[in-house]
Amino acid sequence: MSVELLKEKWSNTINTLTIGGTGTRTSKVTVGGESTLPYLFNEGDIPNKPVIAMEIFDAEPVDWPEVLKEPFKDVFKNSAEWAKKCVNEYKAELLCLKLQGTHPDFGNASTDKAAEVVKSVLEAVGVPLIVLGCGNDDKDNEVLPKCCEAAKGENCLFGDATEKNYKTLTAACLADGHNIIGESPIDINIAKQVNILISDMGFDINKIAMNPTIGALGYGMEYAYSIMERARLAALMGDKMLSMPFICFVGNEAWRAKEAKGPQAEHPEWGTEKERGPVWEATTAVSVLLAGAGILVMRHPKAIEIVRGTIERLMKKG
Amino acid sequence: MALSGLDIYKLLPKTNCKECGFPTCLAFAMQIAAKKVELSKCPYVSEEAKQALESASRPPIKLVTIGTGEAKLEIGNETVMFRHEQTFYHPAGIAVLVEDTEDASRIDERINKINKLHFERVGQQIGVNLIALRCSSGKKETFTELVKKIRLRSVTESLNLILMSEDAEIIKAAASLCKDRKPLLYAATKDNLDAMVAIAKENSLPLAIKAESLDELSELAQKAVSAGVEDLILDSGNKDISGKISDLTQIRRLALKKTYRPFGYPTIALSSAGETYQEITEAASYIAKYAGIVVIKGVEPWEVLPLLTLRQNIYTDPQKPLQVEPKIYEIGQVTDKSPVLVTTNFSLTYYTVEAEVEGSRVPCYIISSYAEGLSVLTAWAAEKFTAETITKSLNECGIKDKVSHKEIIIPGYVAVLSGKLEEESGWKVRVGPKEASGLPSFLKSLNK
Repeated sequence: MSVELLKEKWSNTINTLTIGGTGTRTSKVTVGGESTLPYLFNEGDIPNKPVIAMEIFDAEPVDWPEVLKEPFKDVFKNSAEWAKKCVNEYKAELLCLKLQGTHPDFGNASTDKAAEVVKSVLEAVGVPLIVLGCGNDDKDNEVLPKCCEAAKGENCLFGDATEKNYKTLTAACLADGHNIIGESPIDINIAKQVNILISDMGFDINKIAMNPTIGALGYGMEYAYSIMERARLAALMGDKMLSMPFICFVGNEAWRAKEAKGPQAEHPEWGTEKERGPVWEATTAVSVLLAGAGILVMRHPKAIEIVRGTIERLMKKG
Repeated sequence: MALSGLDIYKLLPKTNCKECGFPTCLAFAMQIAAKKVELSKCPYVSEEAKQALESASRPPIKLVTIGTGEAKLEIGNETVMFRHEQTFYHPAGIAVLVEDTEDASRIDERINKINKLHFERVGQQIGVNLIALRCSSGKKETFTELVKKIRLRSVTESLNLILMSEDAEIIKAAASLCKDRKPLLYAATKDNLDAMVAIAKENSLPLAIKAESLDELSELAQKAVSAGVEDLILDSGNKDISGKISDLTQIRRLALKKTYRPFGYPTIALSSAGETYQEITEAASYIAKYAGIVVIKGVEPWEVLPLLTLRQNIYTDPQKPLQVEPKIYEIGQVTDKSPVLVTTNFSLTYYTVEAEVEGSRVPCYIISSYAEGLSVLTAWAAEKFTAETITKSLNECGIKDKVSHKEIIIPGYVAVLSGKLEEESGWKVRVGPKEASGLPSFLKSLNK
């Protein structure tokens, strides 16, 4: 006697977003396009695997623990070298450059300097690029348009546009042919609103990625997890304004967790931090993958290696 | 077919005695129809009604208990596919494997490590629930020696047992040594079903059914049930992760949406990865996606803590946010000059603030003010985080004995409280940043 399976049929598919593949980019990555819930291959298509972007900075990161700094010690001073190391040594297929050094509190690097860094990274490697501002609205609105221009034709992904600050970046991405990240604070309604605001400016909805703002494992991960599940269900049921692939800043969150970075001397019961940090980052990553993440921005090479292996396993059709 | 609330009401005593905990028989009937409560809560229900209602009153996924006493594991009785729809009720059991082929000192070492896999996180105790004893030797004597050894170690009393072998003779011998601990027998297969069912029935033990496909699983489960075993745990066999997620999803979905009885039991998933790191991420996938028990080999805290934490996250009730204890938290080497910050007692809010304060390396006091576990803006809107409640916290937490100043930093989002709070508390109020991420630069600027 055979069991009659209960398969969900959906009316909509997730948007397909491509980064790179134009200008001087020698490769591209494409995410999205699913017509089923995460990894349920027998209920629909999952044409693209999730991708991992390795995160690099324009200045030496201020808050990284030793375990995380170790692999990159020789390249902190030079973003182009850092990019090369990620691509050559760690086989990154996508990079995420965070212009943290432009923040008024963290160096206040000039707009021209930031644009130069973007250019230098584009010259150093051929993989597609994500570029992030520093999070200070005023400074980002000054810096990011110049960076968009410096990367014109390279089909980058720029972020983040927020409900309160989206116009400048949207206009710049529109002018220079880039994709854009819409950010919302763990809130499905704001997520949708940001996507509407951006698309109302004439932006192609297939060029938008959604940053739902995740928490690390143990630090509110489940809030983002459920927001992502809700958004994904709404999207599959037909909501075009929630059908964008998710981008999740896994490394940024995971490495703030005490369990990831706390020294072993202070927490002997947790075991060695050499293993603990990367595993915390990897587990955070896999959690959001199961909620539908398309792009994971990650930091530690070991964590990336683990998650790459898991993505391969998840993508094997049962 | 499931009965409607009215159908059920007709079969109840209609005395409105309230002993079931509901105000009327009708209200109780509605709850039974919604599968939220069991008929046995009614002390006066007739035998006839019991039988008629049996299928309608049973929850779609049975609650199965492994072990006895305080540390017993209860799994199943889930009601939704997604945690935001309600909540996931019974946290998945995490089991660690011990094989009888390992030498005695290795086994001792593993057991010692397993016993330490208990942690406190956000005010909750989290830990491994089961020890899975596997007969890899194929020898009855070797396996029963292992079971005896585990029995002798009273420290493992807080862990429930899984006995793993597909040889019914071996399981029978092992079960006789520890049936008082109510172990899970793993597993009945198409080749040993009758014998395993007999052992489970005779000793009233929960039985895992292992099959290679969902079809076979359904068939074996039905056979076990008709032979009189009530507590089943389902295993659809070893697959790739996505195949396993698909199976676990189907089992849950058919049980919930179709009241498909053969799948109305919790599940068990064994990690198939040969390698430590992949085992962790695979087990994580099963914890998130419906497994009732996940079996792993890893015994190091850095392997297990992420899984215990993930389980804690996934099984947190979205309607009841986790709270931290409302009190003063000292971050870094505080002195009587250190800044005092106030936020709510919602754990996510508190830990976000704490992480940023730690990152700033500026020693601070953080007062988590009781606000029913709501975030800053929500608590403010609900009048749970006001000049009065903050003043109350300031007065009661004992901060006055710890600092020589009277200045408090409040979240930027509630800047509007400043005037009133100064008036109420007599403390000088300084408005902090709106987002916790602004704290490091804010705190550093205070020092200048």
